Amino acid sequence: MARTGTGVEIIKESQLKRNMPAYLAPWRASPCVFRSSKSELMPNLASDGVVCAPLQTFTEEETMLKNMVTKFAQERVAPLVQKMDENSKMEDSVIQGLFEQGLMSIELGEEYGGTGASFFSTILVVEELAKVDPAVALLCELQNTLTNKLFTTYGTEEQKRTYLPRVAKDTIGSFCLSEAGSGSDAFSLKTRAEKKGDYYIINGSKMWISLAEHAGVFFVMANTDPSLGYRGITCFIVDRDTEGLHVGKKEDKLGIRASSTCPVTFENVKVPETNILGQVGQGYKYAIGMLNTGRIGIAAQMLGLAQGCFDHTIPYTKERVQFGKSVFDFQGMQHQIAQVATQLEAARLLTYNAARLAETGRPFIKEASMAKYYTAEVATLTTSKCIEWMGGVGFTKNYPIEKYYRDCKIGTIYEGTSNIQLSTIAKSLAQEY
Amino acid sequence: MAGLRVLVGVKRVIDYAVKVRVAAGGGGVQTQGVKHSLNPFCEIALEEAVRLRERGAAAEVVAVSVGTRACQETLRTALAVGADRGVLVEAGEGAAVGPREAAAALAGLAGRLRPHLVLLGKQAIDDDCNQTGQILAAMLDWPQGTFASRVELEGEWVRVQREVDGGLETLRLRLPAVLTADLRLNEPRYATLPNIMKAKKKPLEVMAASELWGGSLPSPPRLRVLKLEEPPPRGGGQRVEDVPALLERLRSSGRI
Repeated sequence: MARTGTGVEIIKESQLKRNMPAYLAPWRASPCVFRSSKSELMPNLASDGVVCAPLQTFTEEETMLKNMVTKFAQERVAPLVQKMDENSKMEDSVIQGLFEQGLMSIELGEEYGGTGASFFSTILVVEELAKVDPAVALLCELQNTLTNKLFTTYGTEEQKRTYLPRVAKDTIGSFCLSEAGSGSDAFSLKTRAEKKGDYYIINGSKMWISLAEHAGVFFVMANTDPSLGYRGITCFIVDRDTEGLHVGKKEDKLGIRASSTCPVTFENVKVPETNILGQVGQGYKYAIGMLNTGRIGIAAQMLGLAQGCFDHTIPYTKERVQFGKSVFDFQGMQHQIAQVATQLEAARLLTYNAARLAETGRPFIKEASMAKYYTAEVATLTTSKCIEWMGGVGFTKNYPIEKYYRDCKIGTIYEGTSNIQLSTIAKSLAQEY
Repeated sequence: MAGLRVLVGVKRVIDYAVKVRVAAGGGGVQTQGVKHSLNPFCEIALEEAVRLRERGAAAEVVAVSVGTRACQETLRTALAVGADRGVLVEAGEGAAVGPREAAAALAGLAGRLRPHLVLLGKQAIDDDCNQTGQILAAMLDWPQGTFASRVELEGEWVRVQREVDGGLETLRLRLPAVLTADLRLNEPRYATLPNIMKAKKKPLEVMAASELWGGSLPSPPRLRVLKLEEPPPRGGGQRVEDVPALLERLRSSGRI
């Protein structure tokens, strides 16, 4: 049997079957099969009508917006980050700056003083802000994905006319769902709203309420009829200066300290019927709906956090010299850094894709949960590793790294704990098979 | 002065925060895929123009950029900051647009648009030439106020305070005039999000540089980059005991 330099020449098939080593056998069959099956997977561009561009493709406005926020965050927020964290207080100039730049009304229509930009723009803004201070990013994220969205999706024309110009200009909104006895089990909330003619009396207390210190308007989830279980939960719009509404002392937190988290109590708070958002007994649906997109916002926050931490660390590892070479040049370090960078990229793509899915109106609940769960985990890993790579200085408050490490932990906890996200993903998967 | 038109030059340069690397061949720097932004001094000039319009002293601000198609993004940023319309003077892809070429294009455009004031940045952060404003004023035969740290329009005149080596100099120039902005003229604003979205609707005109250059540019360009290299890595210093030893050291190494 003659052999060429490149392979085995076939003289007789029967001979070949005896002489061909087993591991080469599949080689003859697979290439053709692989190619044709691959071509079937190619999307039909004509019917999809979607351009196959990389996920990091931005429109011109989104790019300009990203640049503007980067500049704003570097110049107006970065110098104040340490102070805000130490004092557990958001600076007024930062809050004002966010409003002035239009960052608190990104998706609102122009008739209400907003910008009418896309949901993806919000994600980009939150990511850029989080690179500098995740607490400031949270303020921007909650206002855009929760407060503004609740008004625009479920508000009556009257409510929109009253509140949207305010939230676009200077009023922060705060969402009150959690209580001391109900966190993940949100719908077992005990705050009660009793109907009295054309108004309701709200009694109860909420806990872990973000932004309560500065908020001017609150969305209060209260149960109008406990006998109906969660189908009694209703969303009420309550102004801060309503009698009986009391914002308690803010929590002394591990991370995102600049963002206030307070208990809010309601003592016979009188709310007119016209201040019900949407319909009675539908509150639970609104909460779930809003938290689904809110999840992508939190994913963006964690993403920015991890990226910001990473961006501070790598230049240091390239400058720091030990044993005659930069810390970055050690192969062990390079492998660790590459692993973290890869996970960061994966987290970014999950988040961007979930945002694009939400924008185009396609189902996105599973992807949003995946994005939130994964970016929170990646943020925890990234910040932990960054401290190690920075060595001793990573451990001190002189450098911003330890703040990112403290801030990241909340990502696995709020807006649906990681376990809840995993359950959600599993539920989605169960429906697919 | 009613109907006062201000022409603002904006240049697209490599962002100040980027680590610049010499391109292969040593003829230039790497620009492919590198982040570019609006020249900081042009930002200051643009801010001044927008403020003049907001105060009512000017009626229209026209932003102009001379370069490749990519300069459109720079002009959009200028529109987002507050310019009323933009003009891109497109040079060929490989064309070297130095101060002389840019000034010639701006002079041609000034002939068409008839602005009362041309505001430029004092220099670009990529070439640091500090020539375009001066050459433009000479081409147009207009008065010039360079290194401006304060600008006040007074009817048919403009009062300019200049930062010069000896201190501050104030000039009164008859319009139309060319001014170049220095660092302390103002603090540029950020483009707010609503303005970024509005910039989409503002007109942006593209015209060919050859139209404006006419016959005023002899070719080929007068400058050729011979070599571009990174500075040598910094070596250690030397310590000397006292001044005589310093002089001795300087003399022996041929420095004095």
